[in-house]
Amino acid sequence: MKYDRILIRYGEISTKGRNRNKFIDKLRKSIRIALSPFPNIKVESSRDRMYVLLNGENGVEIMEKLKNIFGIQSFSPAIKLERDVEKLKQASLELVRTLYKEGQTFKITPKRSDKTFELNTDGINHTIGGHLLQNIPGLKVDVRKPDINLRIEVRKEAIYLSCETIQGAGGLPIGSSGKAMLMLSGGIDSPVAGYLAMKRGLEIEAVHFFSPPFTSERSKEKVIDLSKKLAEIYGSITLHIVPFTDIQQAIREQIPENYSMTTTRRMMLRIADKIREKQEGLAIVTGESLGQVASQTLESMYAINEVTNTPILRPLITMDKTEIIKLAQEIDTLEISNRPFEDCCTIFVPSSPKTKPKREKVQHYESYFDFEPMIQEAVQEVETIVVKREDEQHSEFQSLF
Amino acid sequence: MIYFDNSATTKPYKEVLDSFLTVSSEYFGNPSSLHSMGGQAEKLLSQAREQVAKLLAVKPTEIYFTSGGTESNNIAIKGAALLNRNKGRHLITSSVEHASVRAAIEQLEHEGFEITYLPVDENGRVRVDDVEKAIRKDTIFISVMQVNNEVGTVQPIKEIGEMLKKHPKILFHVDTVQGIGKVPLSLPESNVDLCSLSAHKFHGLKGTGVLFIREGARLTPLFSGGNQERKMRSGTENVAGAVALAKALRMTMVKSETGIERMKKIQSMLRTGLSEIEGVMIHTPIENSAPHIINFSLSGMKSEVFIHALEQQEVFVSTTSACSSKKKSASKTLLAMGVPESLAESAIRLSLSFDNTEEEAKKAILVMKKTANQLRKVMD
Repeated sequence: MKYDRILIRYGEISTKGRNRNKFIDKLRKSIRIALSPFPNIKVESSRDRMYVLLNGENGVEIMEKLKNIFGIQSFSPAIKLERDVEKLKQASLELVRTLYKEGQTFKITPKRSDKTFELNTDGINHTIGGHLLQNIPGLKVDVRKPDINLRIEVRKEAIYLSCETIQGAGGLPIGSSGKAMLMLSGGIDSPVAGYLAMKRGLEIEAVHFFSPPFTSERSKEKVIDLSKKLAEIYGSITLHIVPFTDIQQAIREQIPENYSMTTTRRMMLRIADKIREKQEGLAIVTGESLGQVASQTLESMYAINEVTNTPILRPLITMDKTEIIKLAQEIDTLEISNRPFEDCCTIFVPSSPKTKPKREKVQHYESYFDFEPMIQEAVQEVETIVVKREDEQHSEFQSLF
Repeated sequence: MIYFDNSATTKPYKEVLDSFLTVSSEYFGNPSSLHSMGGQAEKLLSQAREQVAKLLAVKPTEIYFTSGGTESNNIAIKGAALLNRNKGRHLITSSVEHASVRAAIEQLEHEGFEITYLPVDENGRVRVDDVEKAIRKDTIFISVMQVNNEVGTVQPIKEIGEMLKKHPKILFHVDTVQGIGKVPLSLPESNVDLCSLSAHKFHGLKGTGVLFIREGARLTPLFSGGNQERKMRSGTENVAGAVALAKALRMTMVKSETGIERMKKIQSMLRTGLSEIEGVMIHTPIENSAPHIINFSLSGMKSEVFIHALEQQEVFVSTTSACSSKKKSASKTLLAMGVPESLAESAIRLSLSFDNTEEEAKKAILVMKKTANQLRKVMD
């Protein structure tokens, strides 16, 4: 007996009242994008379940992809049956037979969401359990730690059989929480912050500050590669590359060295906020972690955050570096982040940046120069690219491979 | 010309040579250079790595480019032994390994490691039971080849890997130089920690190879230097070679989808044809053997004589393994299988590629029949 579908259980969506349909739509979209390499599948959704009908596609590969989709609590390869006791007996037997190895134990977990079915849960247990025991010599029952747990779900439209439940990624479907800009530097933290933001249902557009010739083409490539990794989750990601050289030079000339870092961050935030407005996002996501570096002390955040009242989301704020590194490893961005190229955060670092900058002081220093026109210009000159995930990226070198 | 010595080396695909030439002439930058030329070279290298990883169904970070099978085997064996020498000093390998495994392990034996050489059955196959029995508390490393280069026997890699799940501390190395593309092998399913490949055996270039190192497995590098290949293999990367390898591997995998069946057919034609020659004894087993190798002895005939006689008819075959055939000693694999020395000394190996045809096989059989008869007359 072969699985013909994968049953998907929603995570927190199930609790989302009237927004449910929007959530389900977003999840459907996520699933369709992730499973685009499998053209024959069909996705069916109902109020509290979704089904991926395999139609001959490779179920193992599909389940591998499903593991990474946000908004899925768990999923199970399953078989759909008519609501008929005889058919249920037959299919259960076939399924358990294909899984059964000498000396294994089993149990049945029946669930009857539709009470009109002729057997109740006890009845299902007895009828099917008895049928299996009669027909598979050596099979034993173990309700505590069974090798095979046969789930029988009786629903209004049909009965579903499954034997394993695989944990999903949890979270909310991407896009269900709205859109935000991610400040993506090229370091270890920001891609992780982006990932966690996406996990809570945010659609992310990345903003990167590029200062040639102080930062090289290769640092830009690094950011594109990081974006590609994030794009794997949702098919593609929009990346805004902001030309930042002129502003950085102006800061060097206008602002005392120990405050240059604070002003740089303020300018970045102002630009990111303008892009956010244009792109109709509602928040900015950063990879800041409290106290990690001079710009991430509470005093610094207080001084920097002044330039906008847009919500700034800091998913990593309470995490230790080691925890962040572990996550970066899991989402496969650590290797890329560790490439040794200068980025917008590592050049022009003053020898002793203020760890406790004052708002009044930074306001005062910035008051001697009008940064606004430069900011406007930078926003206008932004290069926007849509980064696709690896398998869709058409490489310039394709013919060589 | 009929080339039946593909286990010694294969002819590089034209497309592979084209890639090598283009990369060598247009993207010759050093991947470690900071400028854009270095960037392009690095991109090419990582794309090659990704492609190889995809074809082997592993992660790109588990792929390390080397100079070939010999180097991959040496890094795997010595690197593992050096790093783990404090955990234990016992290594296990089969008695039919390629020289680059056997000699590397013998070198460790001189350094004070203890080695168990597993016997093989009459088909050249290691028994999983024997592997299990050989495991001791201080065993740190097991190396078993996937396909024997001399007779083509396929070893029970998956079963050994399965059994080794009970011994997670032991590193499992598989030399798949002869098997890749011809005998399917799933590295994750077979629980393999380290695996060696050589490009020139699948229509890539000599001097290029791969070592797969499973994530989490650790080795001591053998070369000191600029820490290329994630510190595992110092030395400026052979970008063009790596790109060529990735392409050759892709082409080979594509060809193998339909090629293996055809190859099996040609192999069985050769088997039937050869068995009609008087005094021929075929050593390659029917079960559990690779589709591209057939090894036989022509009794009473020195293999060298037969090879040169065939060469005059433009049929190219070899004695046993190319690497040791100059030493003129009888095949170690055949001896381990219990073949008498006199027969082992007259062993001939035919080895196919996906490009060989049935016509070539027919012609080769005729030539071999004729040659055998002629030589017999001279010698009688």
